[in-house]
Amino acid sequence: MMNLKLRRRWINRVALMLSILAMAFGLLWLIWILSTTLQLGMSGLSWTLFTRMTPPPGGEGGLANAIVGSLVMVGLATAIGTPIGALAGVYLAEYGQRSWLGHATRFINDLLLSAPSIVIGLFVYAVYVERTSKFSAFAGVIALALIVVPVVLRTSENMLRLVPDSLREAAFALGAPQWKIILRVTLPAARAGILTGILLAVARISGETAPLLFTALSNQFWSLRLDEPMANLPVTIFKFAMSPFKGWQELAWAGVFLITIGVLGLNIVARLMFRSPKH
Amino acid sequence: MSASRQQRSLGDWVFFNLTRLFAVLTLLMMVGIIVSLLIGAWPSLREFGPGFLWSAEWNPPLNRFGALVPIYGTLVTSLIALIIAVPVSFGIALFLTELSPRWLRRPLGIAIELLAGIPSIVYGMWGLLVFSPLFADYFQPALAATLGQVPLIKGLFEGPPIGIGLLCAGFILAIMIIPFIASVMRDVFEITPPMLKESAYALGGTTWEIVWNVVLPYTRVGVVGGIMLGLGRALGETMAVTFVIGNSSLLDNSSLFAPGNSITSALANEFAEATPGLHTAALIELGLILFLITLTVLVISKLLLLRFVRQEGSRT
Repeated sequence: MMNLKLRRRWINRVALMLSILAMAFGLLWLIWILSTTLQLGMSGLSWTLFTRMTPPPGGEGGLANAIVGSLVMVGLATAIGTPIGALAGVYLAEYGQRSWLGHATRFINDLLLSAPSIVIGLFVYAVYVERTSKFSAFAGVIALALIVVPVVLRTSENMLRLVPDSLREAAFALGAPQWKIILRVTLPAARAGILTGILLAVARISGETAPLLFTALSNQFWSLRLDEPMANLPVTIFKFAMSPFKGWQELAWAGVFLITIGVLGLNIVARLMFRSPKH
Repeated sequence: MSASRQQRSLGDWVFFNLTRLFAVLTLLMMVGIIVSLLIGAWPSLREFGPGFLWSAEWNPPLNRFGALVPIYGTLVTSLIALIIAVPVSFGIALFLTELSPRWLRRPLGIAIELLAGIPSIVYGMWGLLVFSPLFADYFQPALAATLGQVPLIKGLFEGPPIGIGLLCAGFILAIMIIPFIASVMRDVFEITPPMLKESAYALGGTTWEIVWNVVLPYTRVGVVGGIMLGLGRALGETMAVTFVIGNSSLLDNSSLFAPGNSITSALANEFAEATPGLHTAALIELGLILFLITLTVLVISKLLLLRFVRQEGSRT
């Protein structure tokens, strides 16, 4: 009897110890990856990073064209994807909550949210790049926008649903048409949450590499033309990191540093902006 | 009065249909992806038929293509990732829901979620340049000396420890999917009614016994849903795998130390340079296979999680 009790207590102790170890294991990687990135990335940081173009192998240079290219593409993709996602979210939350279209869209959207991003790249390749028979920044923008849509849709719908119905009813009672209620009452009430979703979407696409590999490709030179391949940070990092050249690898670390800081910064800002009771 | 009413219903009509159009567009995106991949893969589908799935030959100059090696790589790395990530995620969820002091729960939860926010290319570069040399120097020899001596699974841990390879890719994938599985597990564990747990405590159960015998059975459906979500992520992960898997389209031994190829890494490495025609079509067919596998896994995950939420709703 005593023995059994002791045994149970020991099993409990070992299990809880393992649970603490698991937590430490998870944190270990976060700390390790972040500290390496900070350390190696910092040493590559300098002004020339932002003023000079990506160099040929063995040469010296910076990441100016890649940084600007990434900003342009991420900006455009967000500008295109956000209204689509937000309006579709409005439909799900305000009109089609119980309709079959609402259910189907919600289900498919959740699948798109976790679908492999490289497949999105293939899709854009098949419907756009192959038609125009050339890699272009605009193809990259479409691919990124397609990744923005499900993220924004999901958060907009959730946030709109949190708006209490009494607000809608009050506006209705005053005789406002439904579209005006949505635009002037419910959307503003859910603003912080929707903005959070947009920030998370920007964070997500800033680091996306796979969908750009065969859409925007990359460009060693300065180009802001949307119908030409455009330099961008992720693909440049991929190319430089896989190369044997030391100068390229250092630039890749600096690029990884910029992306990590940017993406984690956005994640943290998004969380501070909208402190949901859970999570 | 009637003019304003008309205007009003026109506004409603336009806005309603506009939002509905975008919802339909999202639906069509899924259909569009599948149809466009089918069309793109058609030359390869016609040329190789179902044999594409089990042929191990990948020879662009001769235009002979088979998907066995990349499919094997994708499945094996994802399986390794699950074997590592599931127990760890369970431990993390257990810690966050039962052990952690209340004030630590939120920061620790966010820290784990930040792991999911790190872009995959960062994992890849770190994995290739920092992790894999250490993996080759310490972890692989240790594995070869222990598990590599066990009779039945000996063949899995043979060969030179070069760091990059299937095992390394699986390991990095595990780190990447831990946050997804752990946060679903935490969320469903939190839903367990306190009454059930307290009753079990009152019977004299230990924390472990309550989690194992009360919480886990109660949340089983949700937990499996979370694991499937992680699996879906692992299957489609591209950049991190491409960096560390070794990119070899040969499959000549059973060792996990050997370099290999996954569907995603084959696409990432070859697609932009592939010659249009059969090579491109074969790669698109790979993408189609990946998409269908991932979709199946994600659909199962989603249905399980929905079922969990629904049964939860009917109980309370």
